Amino acid sequence: MKIVVCAKYVPDAQGDRSFSSDNTTDRQGADGLLSELDEYAVEEALKLVETADGEVVILTMGPDDAADAVRKSLQMGAHSGVHVLDDALHGSDAPATSLVLAKAVEKIGESGAVDLVVTGMASTDGSMSVVPAMLAERLGLPQVTYASELTVDGRTVTIRRDGDASTETIEASLPALVSVTDQINEPRYPSFKGIMAAKKKPVETWSVADLGVDASEVGLEAAWTRVAASTERPPREAGQVVADEGDGGAKLAEFLTGRKFV
Amino acid sequence: MAEVLVLVDHVDGTVRKTTHELLTIARRLGEPSAVFVGNGYDTAKESLATYGAVTVYQVTDPEVDQYLVAPKAEVLAQLVEQTSPAAVLIASSAEGKEIAARLAVKTSSGLITDAVDVQPGGSGPVTTQSVFAGSYTVEATVTTGTPIITVKPNSAAPEQAPTTPQEQAVEVTLSDAAKTARVTDRKPREKSGRPELTEAAIVVSGGRGTGGDFAAVEAFADALGAAVGASRAAVDAGWYPHANQVGQTGKTVSPQLYVAAGISGAIQHRAGMQTSKAIVAVNKDEEAPIFELVDFGVVGDLFAVLPAAAEAIEKHKA
Repeated sequence: MKIVVCAKYVPDAQGDRSFSSDNTTDRQGADGLLSELDEYAVEEALKLVETADGEVVILTMGPDDAADAVRKSLQMGAHSGVHVLDDALHGSDAPATSLVLAKAVEKIGESGAVDLVVTGMASTDGSMSVVPAMLAERLGLPQVTYASELTVDGRTVTIRRDGDASTETIEASLPALVSVTDQINEPRYPSFKGIMAAKKKPVETWSVADLGVDASEVGLEAAWTRVAASTERPPREAGQVVADEGDGGAKLAEFLTGRKFV
Repeated sequence: MAEVLVLVDHVDGTVRKTTHELLTIARRLGEPSAVFVGNGYDTAKESLATYGAVTVYQVTDPEVDQYLVAPKAEVLAQLVEQTSPAAVLIASSAEGKEIAARLAVKTSSGLITDAVDVQPGGSGPVTTQSVFAGSYTVEATVTTGTPIITVKPNSAAPEQAPTTPQEQAVEVTLSDAAKTARVTDRKPREKSGRPELTEAAIVVSGGRGTGGDFAAVEAFADALGAAVGASRAAVDAGWYPHANQVGQTGKTVSPQLYVAAGISGAIQHRAGMQTSKAIVAVNKDEEAPIFELVDFGVVGDLFAVLPAAAEAIEKHKA
């Protein structure tokens, strides 16, 4: 089984995130890392190839530092990586991102058909949760998303999807696109052996031209939306904090009735 | 006046409050047209008319519900083609965002997700989003194609504007590509009897500090008529259902009042509740970052503070 996992390099949510002067996410000024939610995708792919033979290819798109996201995934146990790196990609919106990733998946498929494309449920920076669905649409693959449980039996993939109103069982034939939630597994930490082995694993770097995508189709200028303004939210004004000395409950009730919540 | 398509979010015809909010927003931008897909239109009819749907497009083809997301995107793409709407508004749920995503690619249209406000502008709708765990506010517009916007619950106060909708049955022929991910089983979620988490005016959430005992949190929520939420730590420990998780990988809530009990306030949790109007916390640890956000906080044991507060509230109500 050949699995492509899409992995994103994002600014660390624990640090101060901000926007650049062109209203794109500042990816220089903040420390970055593999999006936490993509670790679940890497883990699930690794589990699948452990039980059935196969390989896991990590696909990322992003600036130079995004290579870190590939490296971390290789350290966890993935077999090879592809980094789509091109200045033209700066400021790409979700439709352009999905276009580039779709073309890259197709190119990865040239050296052996891809059975599964696995992604996380969202990135931790943009957090739109739309690229998996867009990728399925563009690749013409069954969209099997928000998996909290996943099984592959022969050529059939089955997931449990916890929707708003119901829990659904979704089934599709391979090849398919799957996105996984943080409920699905417990991602492994890279072992020392894994860290050493990753150094020898192949990583290819592709430009948009390598994918047959015209530079005018991607990037900030080609985006179908425009951010007119980004403003830092003023910090919340410090509220009142009291220590409970037997009267904490009464004081809390007093606050709530005073503010007409009761 | 151009139509604004609103995808109706409903369970067997019971229309969710978010749809009333979307119809209210749609009226600012043009003439609201509701798109009703699935069973139960007779139940939904009155509510859509009350909140101002001038036209209702009805899709009753049972096949649409048998596959995940893709058929609904095809239905909307067909309607966008037919009606050239000023915008398409969809509820910002997991499914809503996926439908919007596919629709954007199908129609080569810009997509904005998780809007907390939508206002008319000189060149189309202007949206407001709250990003980076609520630390930034962003204003954006769609510059290509039909503006496709997913809107978060509680982004507008629903306003009634009674109409007599013109009803149009829509025939769809689903492509083979839309029929690849089959829904083979669907188990409705058990009803708690409490308000819907994302729609509630008050949310009371419990975290690690509950030690797995949510009784005090639930009793306090009931005293306030609130929905019950849980932190990721509590959900991961198996103490409360994932459907109630508030945070980055759960629900985002924006109630009038959010009460965090035994929740430290990690960034992942803040991402799901930071835009709440008022925030209250009860936590044993006075250093917990949640106290940086609160309007009112109590440093203390939630098992002592919440029952005492609930009792005082019940007395006040009596």
